[in-house]
Amino acid sequence: MLGHGAVGGLLPGNARRSGAEGGRIITQHFFLAWRYVAFHRAKTIILVACVSLTLFLPLFLSRLITEFEGQLMARAESTPLVVGAKGSRFDLALHALHFRGRTPELLSMEQYQQLRDSGLAEVIPLFSRFSARGYPIAGTNLDYFERRGLGIASGDSLSMLGDCVLGAGVAVALGLGPGDHLLSDPKNVFDIAGDYPLRMRVAGVLQRADSPDDDAVFVDLKTAWVIEGIGHGHQDMDAAPDRDVVLDRSETHVVANAALPQFMEITEENAASFHFHAEPGELPITGALVWPDDEKSRALLLGRFTTENDEAQMLESLEVVEEMLGLVFKVKRFFDANFALVAASTGLFLSLTILLSLRLRRREMETMFQMGCSRGTVFWLQACELLIVLAFSVVVAGALALASGASGDWLMRQVM
Amino acid sequence: MSVTISNLEFAYGEGGFCLAVPKLEIESGEKIAFVGASGSGKTTLLRLLAGVHVPEKGEVVSSGRRLNALPDASRRAFRIQEVGFVFQDFELIEYLNVRENILLAYRINPALALNAEVRKRADELADSLGLADKLKRRVEQLSQGEKQRVAIARALLPEPKMILADEPTGNLDPDNKRRIIDILSEQAKQSKATLVVVTHDHSLLDGFDRVIDFAEFHAAKGGGHDGG
Repeated sequence: MLGHGAVGGLLPGNARRSGAEGGRIITQHFFLAWRYVAFHRAKTIILVACVSLTLFLPLFLSRLITEFEGQLMARAESTPLVVGAKGSRFDLALHALHFRGRTPELLSMEQYQQLRDSGLAEVIPLFSRFSARGYPIAGTNLDYFERRGLGIASGDSLSMLGDCVLGAGVAVALGLGPGDHLLSDPKNVFDIAGDYPLRMRVAGVLQRADSPDDDAVFVDLKTAWVIEGIGHGHQDMDAAPDRDVVLDRSETHVVANAALPQFMEITEENAASFHFHAEPGELPITGALVWPDDEKSRALLLGRFTTENDEAQMLESLEVVEEMLGLVFKVKRFFDANFALVAASTGLFLSLTILLSLRLRRREMETMFQMGCSRGTVFWLQACELLIVLAFSVVVAGALALASGASGDWLMRQVM
Repeated sequence: MSVTISNLEFAYGEGGFCLAVPKLEIESGEKIAFVGASGSGKTTLLRLLAGVHVPEKGEVVSSGRRLNALPDASRRAFRIQEVGFVFQDFELIEYLNVRENILLAYRINPALALNAEVRKRADELADSLGLADKLKRRVEQLSQGEKQRVAIARALLPEPKMILADEPTGNLDPDNKRRIIDILSEQAKQSKATLVVVTHDHSLLDGFDRVIDFAEFHAAKGGGHDGG
């Protein structure tokens, strides 16, 4: 390429250069390299995109997994034990701790009451089967907020049937605050004869907790049972806001047209009419969170559930989460291997681009050689071009990493 | 710079094109034209004069130095400091503007220091070649004649003692051909440099001190190699 049989090398008498001279030479090389990459913008952008993605993706995945691990572990550490119906341990743990994933089989309130009455632990029930505009509705009691350290940022806590309290993230995402209303999502869009959604009053908004509680809607257990359809009240048609809705009225029945609002709403006027068609012990929960009083209590509780209870299971949150993470890390190793292949492919692609570039620039290099340029200088010019591409790639990968860090919470919600 | 060639033989590989020049003397400051059929070895001889190639036999002596006896680094140093090359297809760098192309030798050769004085001289040279208002333009925005003038400016900036021009008018219209030859002659005269021009165009030969026809030299085995 560079002449025939010529041997490159330093000029005689210049075997040792001063730092300033070396700096001058490097500056000239980078000048020419910069001019080249700037002129061939499309090629440079493609190369930078390839390399930066190759750098960013494994870092991003690693960071995501680290954050995922951190969030799961923190939640598990703050909730020693979880009780739910027998079935998938992972489903139960994810659902009880993060309100996500498949809804486990139902447990009865009786199980919760037995646990509570044992005097060995603080037990908080959960009933979470529904959602409101995509955010899980978690039915629980006021002890939950105290145990989780959740303070009210605005408005009040739950005080009335039909009230809800929004996690900080939900309030921001939906633009709702105290006094607003939120409809629960229909249980079954194809069941036109099914229960109607519940129109809940937003009583308050929680302070930001940087936990799954930020992305949940909290209601009293009873409100959750109303949404389930176990409890209901009776709307007074005489008090219907729009009398045009009523088509016919008799002593025994009222006929309303399709303009009748198709949701339930619990108001101060009708709250007293709400009741439940089940024994208290039969009412369902999806799980219970357990904080044993001490290690002995913990051991006793675990022992009871292992030996005496055929319907329910008690999990050690940390143990289940660690097991889940073990699976995640196994999958991560697969992705790491995949990324290694991607990196190798990108390296080969870069090499091919450089080789093709050298071939296309033969005449340019030959011209420089005939002008007295050494083979070493040609090498350094190519190296400078590559260094500029790599430098840009590192910057882009870093910017992507920063951006992904800022959206880490959002990403975690998608993953969960 | 004076050059003496004696008993020179050069071939591109075994069985390839072979150039044989028994004797050639070029006086310092002389203006020489190389003419001959395509493939007769004109470009090859230019490269031998510049020290790009090394003959297998014979000698190339330039101002008392035997080029063929010098190591590659020394021949490069000779080219940097004493030879200006004007290429047939201009060979300008597309990603550099006119000024940057003229200054190219100073960016790729550590032996040449790019400083304010050199930049000033480049601008003056460009001005003398009618390129003053085009210094920031890209190569693709220039006409053929302008491109060749940029190539000449690039070759002349290091103040070479020998200017080698390989078909400098090959891609130009008749008016520009004459203009370019005149520019080369004038610049060589001003700097007292030896000028060697390869050309196919016999209408341009009147301005040269001597015309060397390569039919005199042996070009055999495998036919022509270079475009000159």
